Amino acid sequence: MADFFGGPLLPVAWAGIMAFVILAYVVLDGFDLGVGILFAVERDKPSRDVMVNTIAPLWDGNETWLVLGGSGLYGAFPVAYSVILPAFYPLIMLMVLGLIFRGVAFEYRFRAHTESHREGWDYAFLGGSLVAAFCQGAILGALLHGIRSANGQFAGGIFDWLAPFPLFCGLAVVVGYSMLGASWLYWRTGGALQERMRGHARRLGIAMIGLIGIVSLWSPFLDASFFHRWFAWPGILATALAPIAVAILAFIYFRDLGTGRPRARDELPFACTLGLFVVCFLGLGYSIFPLIVPPSITIWAAASPASSQIFLIVGTVILIPVILAYNLFAYWVFRGKVEPGAHYH
Amino acid sequence: MTPHAALAQGLALSLARAQFGFTIAFHIMFPAFSIGLASFLAVLEGFWLATKKSIYLDAYKYWLKIFSVVFAMGVVSGLMMAYEVGANWSGYSEKVGPILGPLLAYETMTAFFLEAGFLGIMLFGLERVGPKLHFLATALVSIGTLISASWILAANSWMQTPQGYSIDSKGDFEPANWLAIIFNPSFPYREVHMVIAAYLATAFAVGAVSAWHLLHGHKNGVVRLTFSMAMWMAAIVTPIQIYAGDEQGRNTLTYQPAKVAAIEGDFSTGVQDLNVIGWPNVKAGKMEDNLAIPHVGSLILTHDWNGTIKGLNDFPRNDWPVVVVTFFAFRVMVGLGMLMFATGLLSLWLRLRKQLYTARWFLWLATAMAPAGFIAIVAGWTTTETGRQPWTVTGLLRTADSVSPISVSEVATSFVVIFLIYTVVFGAGIRYLLGMMAKPPVPGEAPPPSDKPLRTAGKNVLAGAPLPAAE
Repeated sequence: MADFFGGPLLPVAWAGIMAFVILAYVVLDGFDLGVGILFAVERDKPSRDVMVNTIAPLWDGNETWLVLGGSGLYGAFPVAYSVILPAFYPLIMLMVLGLIFRGVAFEYRFRAHTESHREGWDYAFLGGSLVAAFCQGAILGALLHGIRSANGQFAGGIFDWLAPFPLFCGLAVVVGYSMLGASWLYWRTGGALQERMRGHARRLGIAMIGLIGIVSLWSPFLDASFFHRWFAWPGILATALAPIAVAILAFIYFRDLGTGRPRARDELPFACTLGLFVVCFLGLGYSIFPLIVPPSITIWAAASPASSQIFLIVGTVILIPVILAYNLFAYWVFRGKVEPGAHYH
Repeated sequence: MTPHAALAQGLALSLARAQFGFTIAFHIMFPAFSIGLASFLAVLEGFWLATKKSIYLDAYKYWLKIFSVVFAMGVVSGLMMAYEVGANWSGYSEKVGPILGPLLAYETMTAFFLEAGFLGIMLFGLERVGPKLHFLATALVSIGTLISASWILAANSWMQTPQGYSIDSKGDFEPANWLAIIFNPSFPYREVHMVIAAYLATAFAVGAVSAWHLLHGHKNGVVRLTFSMAMWMAAIVTPIQIYAGDEQGRNTLTYQPAKVAAIEGDFSTGVQDLNVIGWPNVKAGKMEDNLAIPHVGSLILTHDWNGTIKGLNDFPRNDWPVVVVTFFAFRVMVGLGMLMFATGLLSLWLRLRKQLYTARWFLWLATAMAPAGFIAIVAGWTTTETGRQPWTVTGLLRTADSVSPISVSEVATSFVVIFLIYTVVFGAGIRYLLGMMAKPPVPGEAPPPSDKPLRTAGKNVLAGAPLPAAE
């Protein structure tokens, strides 16, 4: 088995766990951030209140996956942590500030003493979500783009990430999160707001398919190893599979968002968007494995001592299923459409 | 290194330390308040379930609204800390990563998820899950805050009294015995002292808000209930805290004697006076203008009239803590502790005379004590952290070797940005908190605002309480 992956198994297992944690964060907080970004096109207070209320009881749990991503990376792959953090320092600080404003806006917009203050916190919610989403995309793009490092230390400049591909990925993630948000709201709202979400979700879906195409064609040319993996046998099999999966998901997505379908199921577009994210994420992992920081740091070079990884993995494999179970319980408690209610403040 | 470069490096280090001190001092008050409030809320809801008296539910809902804002502020200010450690303290985070990383990851998995997963139900779910499951959610959130405190105190205590590690060829720490790492010698003392501190700070904040409303003519049962509970905490728990603090001091004497010498202002080794107050002249290596009580310093720390304690002058100068800050921060903490103790005693006396809710001078005193617990917490942390200097990991890793290779302009820029953002974000939050506290709790208190329609309208589980109405 060890030879199959090209090195010891423990760091491979950890790479799988970290990939799961990051994917969980991306899709879960992705729709929260998408709801925030959609404040840009939904401007009246009643609609915004309903939008916030679809995620108010759930967003904090969703954001916690990011904290686990950070602390898990630190615990299992400290070299990756200490290279990535200084390499993307401005992006990470901006992301954190965005998340701070987004996070407090949840509470503050209901506490504001005046209407103009409430609007101010609405802008904080929109701006914070937008900035956080863009920075996450740019971080991802810049990671694919590669980080200059030497002896397990960052050896580049503070603005190395400022390049066309990372910025383009930032844009793609903003659109992708908005699509998640729109299809989430299409599921969880009704009436005129749901109808508007149908339109947003369609337009964002078209944009997203285009962006996925461009990023897919662009990324293999960033690094010869990515190119080799995608276009040489047997990688070409996966290369062929990914577009097929995207096409099937897109077909269901747009079919279900069509008007006048008596048996349309409102949750399906959201499920398809999740599927698209999973396909893209698997493609990404497939490109870079076994690197954790392209172009040179592998998961084995970045791993913490086995004693740290073993201590942590024992708890992780027990705790993550428990965490998933009670998070699902919270989603179940707050299931159903959120209607504009009579109890306004 | 040129003198200029050395100066710049020293300045960057000082700025990074000031930034960390500012952000963590700010941060710690919110988790402390969250820990206390979460347990307080669990107790209130438990009483409500047991007695079915609506007064407990009203108090619960009033403080729940405040908790929701406090908790959010704790979460977002903590997010900043996590990235600041990696960015400004890369020397530390790299070397200590194999030990610190898993502890923080466990904190996330056992505490943060638990809090976040049940917070939504706690804030918005009473109508949906019913009282019993809702109480379970409240209890799990409060347990989550305590688990979180335990991991972070294990990590901090390990930095104070490290054990269970080995050091690899690169000079990085490697875990050798996780139980020894977590249950390091100072951890139990620090855990007890901090959790009680969080409870006391919360009790004095709750007591102050209640006292304020009593002073302003709001004498309903909810106000009297919370004031009475707060004053019981003050009377019973403050003496326990003083004992816990004394025990921690003795533990520190064993493992970090230089810190104790700085706290006490003991410069020469021998039988020590108790320096009540004075000026530690670091240059001269002696106390000046001090009010000292003979033998009592030794008595407190060694429980022996003639016990000897090692003074700072017998430690190498470059291993001295930040003596002046440690010395005075400790006195702020202890001074406030004595004030809290006195407040608790007075509350007992007034309770006996049935004047607890009416003695205006005491209500004003209780109002004025609002920030006492929080200031004491920040002063206590300042004592233990500046007292650990010049080390980040006692005896093993110096603070100067822990800082990132950052320039003065980088750290100054991030400090200014963080300061401005904190002013806006937390300034607004504190204003909202004070605004919420300024409104008296009322019978039939509304739950946190969510503008959420009630799907179970008409089947209100809150017997006797009206549906959430406009605030």
